[in-house]
Amino acid sequence: MARVVVDVMLKPEILDPQGQAVQRALPRLGFDGVSDVRQGKRFELELAGPVDDAALDRVREMARTFLANTVIEDFRVRVEEEQ
Amino acid sequence: MTTRVGVVTFPGSLDDRDALRAVKLAGAEPVALWHADKDLHQVDAVILPGGFSYGDYLRCGAIARFSPVMETIIEQSRAGLPVLGICNGFQLLCESHLLPGALTRNDHLHFICRDQRLRVENAETAWTGDYAPGQEITIPLKNGEGGYVADERTLDELEAEGRVVFRYLDVNPNGSRRDIAGITNAAGNVVGLMPHPEHAVEALTGPTTDGLPFFTSVLKKLVSA
Repeated sequence: MARVVVDVMLKPEILDPQGQAVQRALPRLGFDGVSDVRQGKRFELELAGPVDDAALDRVREMARTFLANTVIEDFRVRVEEEQ
Repeated sequence: MTTRVGVVTFPGSLDDRDALRAVKLAGAEPVALWHADKDLHQVDAVILPGGFSYGDYLRCGAIARFSPVMETIIEQSRAGLPVLGICNGFQLLCESHLLPGALTRNDHLHFICRDQRLRVENAETAWTGDYAPGQEITIPLKNGEGGYVADERTLDELEAEGRVVFRYLDVNPNGSRRDIAGITNAAGNVVGLMPHPEHAVEALTGPTTDGLPFFTSVLKKLVSA
């Protein structure tokens, strides 16, 4: 079994009110020095077959059409290394 | 022949009954459609109602957009079928790329429920013909992810082509760009909006009856077509 990780983040120009709420809470909790927080989504896909170029292309297609809304979100696909 | 207006129920839809009732009050025949059924049962127009459909786990409307019925609706809407998306239905139309842009979390993060004033900016779509251009109406609004966003070029295009159908008045309830509450496609048969006209069709239950013209507009459009 191989794991591929898809990280989905709101594009930088899209307002992220959840991230802002987290950032505002940090100093209240005594965590200083954080000037910005953006909150995203992480998908962990367990692939049944090998993680070759064809499989990664399929995951990218999945991310583009379904996991991310590319109107407002960017995504990044990467292979999780074996521990 | 009676005009048949379909209302799709998705798992989690909660305003489908209200939409069916609004269709009936307007004088058309309401037809309940099921999301897993590709067949539109000879309806003349379709309403995608509000609710919290199962796609909300990923993004609002993202999974519902791949329901079998949507395949037919996407195809038919390109051939001119009038389609109205309300709230979750608007999100679905954006996820289906039948309308540009996307809906995001309200800028203040709160779920909001209020009677909302709107201005009708375009009274020429299939769903707004019974309004006067510039008319101000009040209908309920309730959403957590109702902020309309699109890139500047798309927003400029929508404005230039008169495709902003409704704008929020008094307050912008969710941070929508340029106070946009609803938009249409280039042909004017597909309309999406966040506020709920189907909750303002009877004096007993709504703040106004300002929502009723949505449903009579499409009826008139179909009868004269």
